[in-house]
Amino acid sequence: MHHLIAFKTILFKEIHRFVRIWPQTILPSAITTSLYFLIFGTLIGGRVGPMAGMSYMDYIVPGVILMSVITNAYGNVVASFYSTKFQRNIEELLISPIPNWIILAGYVGGGIARGLAVGGVVAIVGMFFTDVRPAHPGLIASVFFMTAALFSLAGFINAVYANSFDDISIVPNFVLTPLVYLGGVFYSIELLPELWRKVSLANPILYMVNAFRYGFVGISDVDIRTAFLIIGGSISILVAWSLVLLRRGTGLKT
Amino acid sequence: MISKSRILASQPYFYKYCRQKQPEMNALSIRNLRKTYKNGFEALKGIDLDVKAGDFFALLGPNGAGKSTTIGIVSSLVRKTSGTVEVFGHDLDKEREAAKRCIGLVPQEVNFNQFEKVLDIVVNQAGYYGIRRKEALQRAEECLTQLSLWDKRNSVSRHLSGGMKRRLMIARALVHSPKLLILDEPTAGVDIEIRRSMWEFLRKINQEGTTIILTTHYLEEAENLCRHIAIINHGHIVEHNAMADLLRKLHTNRYILELRNPAPFAPTVEGYQLEPLEDHTLAVDVPMDLGLHGLLDQLAAQGMEVVSLRNAANRLEQLFIDLVENQRIDPARKTA
Repeated sequence: MHHLIAFKTILFKEIHRFVRIWPQTILPSAITTSLYFLIFGTLIGGRVGPMAGMSYMDYIVPGVILMSVITNAYGNVVASFYSTKFQRNIEELLISPIPNWIILAGYVGGGIARGLAVGGVVAIVGMFFTDVRPAHPGLIASVFFMTAALFSLAGFINAVYANSFDDISIVPNFVLTPLVYLGGVFYSIELLPELWRKVSLANPILYMVNAFRYGFVGISDVDIRTAFLIIGGSISILVAWSLVLLRRGTGLKT
Repeated sequence: MISKSRILASQPYFYKYCRQKQPEMNALSIRNLRKTYKNGFEALKGIDLDVKAGDFFALLGPNGAGKSTTIGIVSSLVRKTSGTVEVFGHDLDKEREAAKRCIGLVPQEVNFNQFEKVLDIVVNQAGYYGIRRKEALQRAEECLTQLSLWDKRNSVSRHLSGGMKRRLMIARALVHSPKLLILDEPTAGVDIEIRRSMWEFLRKINQEGTTIILTTHYLEEAENLCRHIAIINHGHIVEHNAMADLLRKLHTNRYILELRNPAPFAPTVEGYQLEPLEDHTLAVDVPMDLGLHGLLDQLAAQGMEVVSLRNAANRLEQLFIDLVENQRIDPARKTA
């Protein structure tokens, strides 16, 4: 019971943090994705023609939703945990009897909550541009939660190693964003030459985007079971890595 | 306001367990504690330390002596190289949660979230210790009221004054009713009025049963508050004793005497060393075995009337300087 209370304390603190500053945390994604839908979906998409047998707008909506989930889940945890380190109020957690896995669960939960909030807003915005409705809601929910958890963990690890505010923007700007944009959000890899199609298969985000898209429209460039294996395996690795970092006090204790 | 007894009665098992074990054991036991930092600096060289339950204990030492490292290890902010630490009988390695539940820490630097409200900071801290929100709110009200911060509960913490921030850190550390409260220079940078009120507050909670370990550079503070003291220097405990016994080691006290009339000459009194400072002022070194009585009589016989006298220097400060600056370092000297 003590652990549950501690977990809820961290989780609600994280949720309160991004809700309190919603003009910074939720509103920008709604505006950005509206522009994506307008420009890529409506203005350009009308000239692109069908993609994988459906309108371009219908094709990109799931990917754009998941893209916002990825960036916001990652961004929430990396910013919040690094800020906690920077202001040294991480010490409140370190001196308390909270087990490391509860600390991790609390922050990951906050990242998932932010992903859910932003993903929900983007999905609502998307519904104004498309008539697509979920074909496999359970699959959508699974991919959403697992992807949000995965990138929350990645953000946590980034924050643990970061020594400056620059360090928490390098990965999102130079690694995450390119991987997301090249992860099949705006195009099918079937359009790529053989070589680049195979290279794309090394991008884990490709599997998440396609699995999420399959949940909406029943179409995927990759095998769904493979997608779940990759996501699940990645989560396991990052959970273990995070717990090792917390046990050692890397970046947290001297 | 919720009474302390009602709050104690509603505490989860762990808090009651800490209190029940209290009379039989030390609040803190450190054995052969060592810490070597990555750069090779050996901050602690195998210290042993015991703090009795219910004590008011001072841990003193110059900058870089190892005080903060010791406190950091006890509070799990610093990883030890080797050695054992027990808090109310709970080994910090083997019974980490139980040991941590007994500790409250007031660090030297402000370390709460500057964007959170006062009440949220204290209530969240209670949540980290497994206290339900309803009870956490009650405890927070009591702690903040005791520290005169209740009317600031909805203020964002960065808007508080320096003294208020320090009191907020104390309230945060007390919300889970720790049996051992560690304060790292709690009155650094605060004015005398706040310092005095903090002293009164700390005395009060110590009388109610909380063991307190204090580090401070204000030796007057240690002398006024603490019953036992350890002095650490270069990673060794160089002194560990009851305050009264330690002060008895001083062979002389230095006093400043204010005279009614200017001293026409530098007086000489057998057994005492007198030094004129100004026309109406004398400094005198008084041997412990002689006392002041004989001095005042002999000055009066020489036509010098003393209208007031005061201690020239804090006695503990004098001893501290002797121990530390004159390098009287003997790691084996543990006399407690």
